[in-house]
Amino acid sequence: MTIAVLLKQVPDTTAKISVSGGRVDESAVSKWSMSPYDEYALESALQLKESGGGDIVAITCGPVRAAKMLTDAAAVGADSLLHVLVEDLNALDSTQIQAILAAAASHCGAQVVFCGKQAADTNAGSTGPGVAHLMGASCVTMVSEVASEGGSFMALRASSGGDQRVAVSAPCVFAFDKGTTELRRPNVRGIMMAKKKVAETLEASDLGVDTSTSSVSVDSHSPPPEKPPGQKFEGADSVAVVVSKLRDEANVI
Amino acid sequence: MDVTVIAESSGDRLHPVTAQLVGAAVTIGGTPTVLCAGGFGAEDAASISGVAKVISVVGDCFGSFDGGAWAEALNSVSGGDVIIAAATPAGREIAATMAAMRGIPIIQDATGLAPGISVTRPIYSGKAIETSTVNAPCAITVRANAFDAAGEGGSAEISTVNQSADVAVAVREAIAKASERLDVAEADIIISGGRGMGDPANFSHLEEVADIIGAAVGASRAAVDTWDEIPHGMQVGQTGKTVTPSLYIAVGIRGAIQHLAGMRTGKYIVAINKDPDAPIFGVADYGIVATWEDALPALKAELGNL
Repeated sequence: MTIAVLLKQVPDTTAKISVSGGRVDESAVSKWSMSPYDEYALESALQLKESGGGDIVAITCGPVRAAKMLTDAAAVGADSLLHVLVEDLNALDSTQIQAILAAAASHCGAQVVFCGKQAADTNAGSTGPGVAHLMGASCVTMVSEVASEGGSFMALRASSGGDQRVAVSAPCVFAFDKGTTELRRPNVRGIMMAKKKVAETLEASDLGVDTSTSSVSVDSHSPPPEKPPGQKFEGADSVAVVVSKLRDEANVI
Repeated sequence: MDVTVIAESSGDRLHPVTAQLVGAAVTIGGTPTVLCAGGFGAEDAASISGVAKVISVVGDCFGSFDGGAWAEALNSVSGGDVIIAAATPAGREIAATMAAMRGIPIIQDATGLAPGISVTRPIYSGKAIETSTVNAPCAITVRANAFDAAGEGGSAEISTVNQSADVAVAVREAIAKASERLDVAEADIIISGGRGMGDPANFSHLEEVADIIGAAVGASRAAVDTWDEIPHGMQVGQTGKTVTPSLYIAVGIRGAIQHLAGMRTGKYIVAINKDPDAPIFGVADYGIVATWEDALPALKAELGNL
């Protein structure tokens, strides 16, 4: 069984985002990391492999800098790496990104796909369901655990009515929420082995995806609106003042 | 322009965010047809002002949630140039799947819309705002509380269509919620605690305040990661929930950049922290420099007197 894990490199969640000339300034990002929900997907894939066998292929679609993240994935146990080179992901719309990732997973012979429920930069969450549709696969989102059971899978997912255990068979896509276990740290041997691992590198056109025109054009990025400075009070005695302001000025209680 | 609004349901009832989806559809000059999956809430949907038509889609697949099956059933009965759904987990999945089925783009989590179609949305969990242009056909999900709800008083015609799809995700076990408390993602008022609460047992003080004003109880990532008793479902911030309540009360939360990203768009923010230099005060409309031990009893008393 081949499990494809879809990974995206994003600005670290601790990084400041600055805007210059109407665009987010990527060169000012202090640290790039694997998107947090993708880390949960990768860790769950590693655990599934440990309990039931299989191969893990880590797939990313992104610029050259994302190669480091694939090496990080190899260091914790990804068996093979596939990098679809796209210099500017902002220039692609959701249909194109999904087409690339679905084709990439199929290219690797994967019937099972793990991914984050959304990326920490776009916060969208379209990729899992979209890739599932294109692969003719079932999709389970908000997943925190997956175990193999017979020929199928049992997943724990969150829903508005509480958690549920659901059964699903391959081909299937699992989109991960935050789970109970963080992504493991690589050991020295893993890091050394990862350095020797060469990622297969493809262009979108190699996968038959046309990236020339996007149906969405990004007009501008801007910093979040600054809030006017608030009022600050000293001591618990001021609670009464604040409550009366919430009632009379803000009308929210 | 025909707009298909995917009604958000809560159990077998209509979720109130649906009226906001209709409001969003009208904002872009659309004529909204509301699709009610499983027929849930169809009569309430028909009474939303501005709704042209309600289609109650009834089928076996709506007995449990399989986003792919729901999308397939809904897609086969919906026309529409634009699909609008709520940016909830279910809404996002259904809309993304329908968009993929039609080969049209989707933009998730819009907080502003204008004819054209111009879409404004927070990116990097609110650390920046993106404005983009997309032409119909397209799918858009919209964030709760970002659009004014359309009023009541409508009387749209309801038609019922029998349409199901194969279910591939089988629910084997439903695990009851640990608490019946309101979800932070849906609440209009949220009171959140951080590691400054000292002990997870002290969250009971937040719950007491929450009960008085009908608030949900949230938590910072630091609190969720430190204490097993505080579940991830309560987490507000970049790897938790991004919220836009009318009132957000942060107690014992310093205000890490990831937390601020998840709650800074709240309409009114109150911060209670003993450290006058805590970053949370930078986004607070009303800051109170005090320990929670002093401030929460006072808050409880004052709110109880309203």
